[in-house]
Amino acid sequence: MRSFNAGDLLYLLLAARWTVLLSLIAFAGGGLVGLIIALMRVAQARAARWFAIGFIRVFQGTPLLLQLFLVFFGGDLIGVPLGAWLSVILGLSLNAGAFLGEIWRGSIQAVPNGQIEAARALGLHYGHRMLRVVAPQALRTAIPPTVGFLVNLIKSTSLAAIIGFVELTRAGQQLNNATFRPFLIFGLVASVYFVMCWPLTIAASRLERRLALAYQR
Amino acid sequence: MNYIFHFGDMWNARGEFVEGALMTLRLSGLAMVASLVIAILGALARTSGPKPLRMLVAAYVEIIRNTPFLVQIFMIFFGLPTVGIRLDANEGALIALILNGSAYTIEIVRAGIENISHGQIEGALALGLHRLQTFRLVVLPQALRIIVPPLGSQFILLMLNSSVCSAISADELTSAALDVQGRTFRAFEAFIVAAAIYFALSLLFSTAFATIERLAFGKRISR
Repeated sequence: MRSFNAGDLLYLLLAARWTVLLSLIAFAGGGLVGLIIALMRVAQARAARWFAIGFIRVFQGTPLLLQLFLVFFGGDLIGVPLGAWLSVILGLSLNAGAFLGEIWRGSIQAVPNGQIEAARALGLHYGHRMLRVVAPQALRTAIPPTVGFLVNLIKSTSLAAIIGFVELTRAGQQLNNATFRPFLIFGLVASVYFVMCWPLTIAASRLERRLALAYQR
Repeated sequence: MNYIFHFGDMWNARGEFVEGALMTLRLSGLAMVASLVIAILGALARTSGPKPLRMLVAAYVEIIRNTPFLVQIFMIFFGLPTVGIRLDANEGALIALILNGSAYTIEIVRAGIENISHGQIEGALALGLHRLQTFRLVVLPQALRIIVPPLGSQFILLMLNSSVCSAISADELTSAALDVQGRTFRAFEAFIVAAAIYFALSLLFSTAFATIERLAFGKRISR
């Protein structure tokens, strides 16, 4: 056993970079999956809608940790060993896609139907309708809950530690094994997460309040 | 893909899965009840307590909600023994689930309390209702309508979140799957079975809660 020193603090902060990077990549991946799921969820074709509903139900109805395990071992099983880094990215993206898809479905459906009918009457095809008419209006209601979800995503990346990927939480575990100062080390780890998440939490609730005010008028 | 699925080993291990699932239910049920009790006190303190207490509860909620559950578990399970509080994995998991769940439940209960406008209470008192009658007939039915639906979702989230307790080897469902996996080397099958059990449980509870809401409040409130 050795004592905790400045080098260890640096080690934690450097490991936090991986948490940030993982969150950003998972958000990009989850955004892509979420967009597809949201569009399928509001599509005309029944099969697309059912697939999207099933996807959302399964990913929201099972623990994220098991989803990560299944991706990790599922890759091996089909002969494509993914490794910790890729499995965590893939698993988090699929999971985030389900949650973002459900959030964005709500925003799309909040756009009055008359708008879409008018766009169709004007002869705009699907792409233009979605991009020029629905998206700008849906974006307003989508942003606050999306920012709120980012907090969940950042916290979720800590589960990568269980798979064995060295990010902030895993780095904390390693240091705790060496120094055995759990309150100090996990307190520091928690503080770093807090510094990342709290501004987003505040931003989300401010945006939400502003949106609510805009709708009152 | 030339992998052959073997669920025979999973069937042989059915006892472990059932015990794990029961422990998951026990942990999440106990944690839900305890965090509801804490949340009612916490929400009252947060809305009508003295200022330092209000700030303390607010800080607690923000700290818990902005840090990962896994880090909270580690802090409790590895931290408490260093100050002389010895606990086994299940006790550590339960404490962590209660502390984590309380923060979210406080916010749910607070939203219910704050939603009732003061005018309604004044109106009820002006109509000659006693304080108790006002609470029972005016405040409570409206507050419950707002509080109960998200409590159902919170329970399901808590149950799914409890899988993280396998990180400290609490005897719940995910740990059971990890044990079976370690013994049979059938990782995918073990995790699929566990995931299916979680999925069935969350479907069961969301249907049950929806039914309770419909019976108690009539038409289901859209969220």
